[in-house]
Amino acid sequence: MRYSRTSKALGLAAVLAMSITACGGTSGGNNTSAAANTSKAITANGTEPQNPLLPANTNEVGGGRVMDLIFSGLVSYDVHGKTVNELAQSITTTDSQHYTIKIKSGQTFSDGTPITAKNFVDAWNYGAAAKNAQLNSYFFAPIKGYDKVSADKSTLDTMEGLKVVDDTTFTVDLTAPESDFPLALGYTAFYPMPESAYKDIKAYGQNPVGDGPYKLAPGGWKHDTSITLIPNDKYQGPNKPKNGGVTFTLYSSPDAAYTDVQSDNLDVLDQVPPSGLQNFKTDFKGRFVNQAYAGNATMTIPSYLPEFKGEAGQMRRQAISMSIDRQQIIDKIFYGNKKVATEFTSPVLDGYDANLPGSDVLKYNPTKAKELWAAADKISPWPAGKVFTITSNIDGAGNKEYITAMANQIATTLGIKAQLNPIATFKESRNLINSKKLTGASRAGWQADYPSLQDFLGPLYGTGAGSNDGDYSSPAFDAKLKEGLAAKSVDEGNKIFNQAQEILLKDLPVIPLWYQAVQGVWSNNVTNVEFGWNGVPLYYNITAK
Amino acid sequence: MVMFTLRRFLQLIPVFFGATLLVYFLVFATPGDPIAALSGGKPMAPAVQAALRAQYNLDQPFWIQYGLYLKNLVTLNLGQTFSGQDVSAVIGRAYPVTARLAFMALAIEAIFGVLFGVIAGLRKGKLFDATVLVASLVVIAVPTFVLGFVLQLVIGVQLGWARPTVSGAAPWNELILPALVLGLVSLAYVIRLTRASISENMNADYVRTATAKGLSRGRVVLVHILRNSLIPVVTFLGADLGSLMGGAIVTEGIFNVPGVGNLLYKAILKGESATVVAVVGILVIVFVVANLVVDLLYAWLDPRIRYV
Repeated sequence: MRYSRTSKALGLAAVLAMSITACGGTSGGNNTSAAANTSKAITANGTEPQNPLLPANTNEVGGGRVMDLIFSGLVSYDVHGKTVNELAQSITTTDSQHYTIKIKSGQTFSDGTPITAKNFVDAWNYGAAAKNAQLNSYFFAPIKGYDKVSADKSTLDTMEGLKVVDDTTFTVDLTAPESDFPLALGYTAFYPMPESAYKDIKAYGQNPVGDGPYKLAPGGWKHDTSITLIPNDKYQGPNKPKNGGVTFTLYSSPDAAYTDVQSDNLDVLDQVPPSGLQNFKTDFKGRFVNQAYAGNATMTIPSYLPEFKGEAGQMRRQAISMSIDRQQIIDKIFYGNKKVATEFTSPVLDGYDANLPGSDVLKYNPTKAKELWAAADKISPWPAGKVFTITSNIDGAGNKEYITAMANQIATTLGIKAQLNPIATFKESRNLINSKKLTGASRAGWQADYPSLQDFLGPLYGTGAGSNDGDYSSPAFDAKLKEGLAAKSVDEGNKIFNQAQEILLKDLPVIPLWYQAVQGVWSNNVTNVEFGWNGVPLYYNITAK
Repeated sequence: MVMFTLRRFLQLIPVFFGATLLVYFLVFATPGDPIAALSGGKPMAPAVQAALRAQYNLDQPFWIQYGLYLKNLVTLNLGQTFSGQDVSAVIGRAYPVTARLAFMALAIEAIFGVLFGVIAGLRKGKLFDATVLVASLVVIAVPTFVLGFVLQLVIGVQLGWARPTVSGAAPWNELILPALVLGLVSLAYVIRLTRASISENMNADYVRTATAKGLSRGRVVLVHILRNSLIPVVTFLGADLGSLMGGAIVTEGIFNVPGVGNLLYKAILKGESATVVAVVGILVIVFVVANLVVDLLYAWLDPRIRYV
């Protein structure tokens, strides 16, 4: 899932901080006293999409919520994050590098035009080309020819790795094997666009024609106010709407939305605000959900910091990890609504292993922490008076509180000075991190774009990877990653990715803190509310009473 | 009087350019990279970043950026937001809502403020006066967000008399509650100003003369005392209109009003100069016009004041 602008601006980890109690999910029972009404529309909270509604340009939840309902891709993800074929008849490969994709025939966009292989190829080429400046362009990076179309000032618009074979078949050549490539194909960036889109892409972005369970109602996108979706009667996939439409009411703060659900003015809210975390279970008896989704919170300790280099650096990172009492912070600051991290990915993913060898380093152990710190000091002493800082943007609720608590724990356990380095805005903190000018640790976190262990590892810790903010580089880890990507199957790949995680548990390029969870609530007017692997409600299954 | 008005409008020109230049520079000078923040910490292809930077002139030095902005302004092109919408369209949606809210709040302040103020002023030291004084003190002391949340919870959620939040079109009736919250603090000030002014003027010579002439009590109060007492109140209301039109971030947030306050707040966080400067530019005009109206009202209220 893409990031939420609010929550990023407000601090990804903490606001989405909605968080968990139990990763298993403690959904309240549904009240089914009234008969379900499948023709009645429901309302849900939303935020104004940050970009035109184009598949390759939608990278945040405001637009993502809508896109995922009005489009469907080659594959889709079920409630547990399992990948199932949707438009794809088959996705075949023998070497995880050359894929042949066959799409089901007889499928159409909501305007009735048939979906062909060319629609996918064109849409992906459009998304990748530098001249179109699409935010999700990097998702096409594995495809052969991406480097050329995405080069600065490039005027090319097709990738050589994509070839249309016939109306329902196309082939994809990657630059290197990637066993989890099929998993990514359900992500927004990979949706097809109809031929008519390219005539006036700007107009299309305001009023997209898709192929999902819903379509935009005529004039349905009222900016800053609401987005109205109605069922798409041409849709033949598995997620047929069980309601008469979804209207997203756009909120500037989740607090207002929370009040609206309380008074039955809004049907579904997927983000209980920090102010409601303590009471939502009693405010909404039997009408709430509290379950883990594919996201985590971490703290990055950049490898370019002189105090954290070499063997001493490794010991220091381990010492810091062991000096944080994660459970205490979760209980006191998040009212128990999160779950302590035991590795680098998320418990909702296939292949997750809570007991990886070496995961003890993530357990609170002040004695061991002190020993390791002292040992590191013998190799190269911690500079006298040096303060261990944790940089974070504070333009949103939650970050400041937990980081201050964490800094205090580190300071108390290790006997050093530690404190939050507050940065006023998200863009400013991003700037510090991108320009590698940090003098200490920084707040971090990740939300999966698609349900894959690899998505939590490669983009973050691979040498030179796009989101490797701490400049971590380990040949052993890179080799494991490559081996996992070349695996014959996703399951086999996951085993290898977990071995790669064991390397991370020793090096700790980031210190995993906890897994994120979604807290959602709903009104008395709806039933059958269920939240998916990515923390987004399955809107199409919700029925109105 | 016509010359005076004209002169004031001419003053608007340097004020407008000075203010937009200053604000443009402030947004320019805030640290951080707005384009990098667009990806929310996920990677972004370098070519995409470069293309976006060029699209918003962010690759240019400050003077060229500002010059290009002014050049577009002449053709009434206010630029685009980072989401690719026209700033004029975004502002066109937000301003009518904020204007409705501001005028309702102002009406509540003016009507109830003057009414209570006059009664309290005339009955200085009596029970009503004491009650109003204490009540206004309490309102001034309580922060707006507390007032907002409490009224929303009690009236909106528990009693169910009104929608707790404002729906999309922000119709007049749904804006009553937020307007009340917004107007309450200023209401308290207006009451106090009116009361002080009235009780001071009650002992003025011209009031004694009017009473001695045998004018009715009502005429003395309405025409002689009130009219002269309104000058400080009008000054306050004029300035308040300006700040109300600037949007109320807190109140708008609580009641989910799609107004200017939130627009401005988000634009500042994102470093979206085009939106910030446009909103501030309009605000400058609103302030200048409001002040002008206040000055003209002085002359009407107090015949001794003349403009040439």
